Amino acid sequence: MTKGIPVKLRLTLGIAAVLAVGVPLAVHADTAADVKQQCGSCHALDHDYAKAAKHERAERKAPPLDYAGNKFRREWLYSWLQNPVRLRLAGVFPPAHAKASADGDVVDTATLAKHPALDAAQAGKVADYLMTLTPFDALIAAETYQPGSIAQRMGQMNFGKFKGCDGCHQDAPDKGGVSGPELYTAWQRLQPAFISAYITQPAAWDPHTMMPVGDANAAAVHKLANYLKLIGEKQP
Amino acid sequence: MKTLLLAATLSLVSTTALAEAGSGKQLYSIYCTQCHGVAGDGKGINAAQMAVQPRDHTDTKEMSARTDEELFKVIEHGGKSINKSVLMPPWGDNLNDDEIHALVGHLRELCCQKN
Repeated sequence: MTKGIPVKLRLTLGIAAVLAVGVPLAVHADTAADVKQQCGSCHALDHDYAKAAKHERAERKAPPLDYAGNKFRREWLYSWLQNPVRLRLAGVFPPAHAKASADGDVVDTATLAKHPALDAAQAGKVADYLMTLTPFDALIAAETYQPGSIAQRMGQMNFGKFKGCDGCHQDAPDKGGVSGPELYTAWQRLQPAFISAYITQPAAWDPHTMMPVGDANAAAVHKLANYLKLIGEKQP
Repeated sequence: MKTLLLAATLSLVSTTALAEAGSGKQLYSIYCTQCHGVAGDGKGINAAQMAVQPRDHTDTKEMSARTDEELFKVIEHGGKSINKSVLMPPWGDNLNDDEIHALVGHLRELCCQKN
């Protein structure tokens, strides 16, 4: 098969092939194709899942990224991709990682996959690409939230006692439920308008979300967002 | 003949609606087990951190005291709607009526159809 190829070119192709074995994401010209290849097996990169039956939720291995550019802060993505720490203590589909024990159900951590870490160059390219995925600009544009302040005690009571967010989410390490993503770093990772828009209407983003809609009006939602701001800004 | 045809059509519609709703067991696994437990005993992975413990759906006595209408209402509108804890969220925006009916059916299996 290589008979017609000059020796020099064969050598070059051979070296290229060897290098390609451990190909870092950054060496590829087309980041979109790389993200699809490297991330697409776990993360949804288009909105097709919304057309599937509700039970597709149980098949997810990772959160959808098809609206990542409307959701995340670019600087957080860049940093997290280099040092991924678990945000969802029970994984993206908690029932798949829960097991019964004598003291009640526990998270079977052995079943949770680790997210690969990227180097700085790769993380930059992936973060830049993900920020281009913005199918829900209209939802963001319709958002009226302006970040404000709230007293710690009031915010905490609202988050827990009044709205019950702590049933599924942590507002401090080891404080709150584990089935939803922890929220004490939410302000660092999420765009303020997304926080408010998602709390208001989670199914508009993901029709199979496990996030319920409370009876919160815009002012109440903004109060919750301000609490996430307060606790998020205290994080290192 | 017309009656038979109508009955067959209605039966088909009903079967389709149920199929679309999915089984109550599957829906329970997705939406309820985090708090109510994989066995439905109220000991889900979130329960340890909750100020009010989730209902034990295997408790025949407790669950028998609730009508299907009450169960439907609490799933759709949350605990607050029946003067219970806000920790039980309203699922009305996530689940349609057929799905909630399927869940109520599964709750009845959990509580009251023990071998």
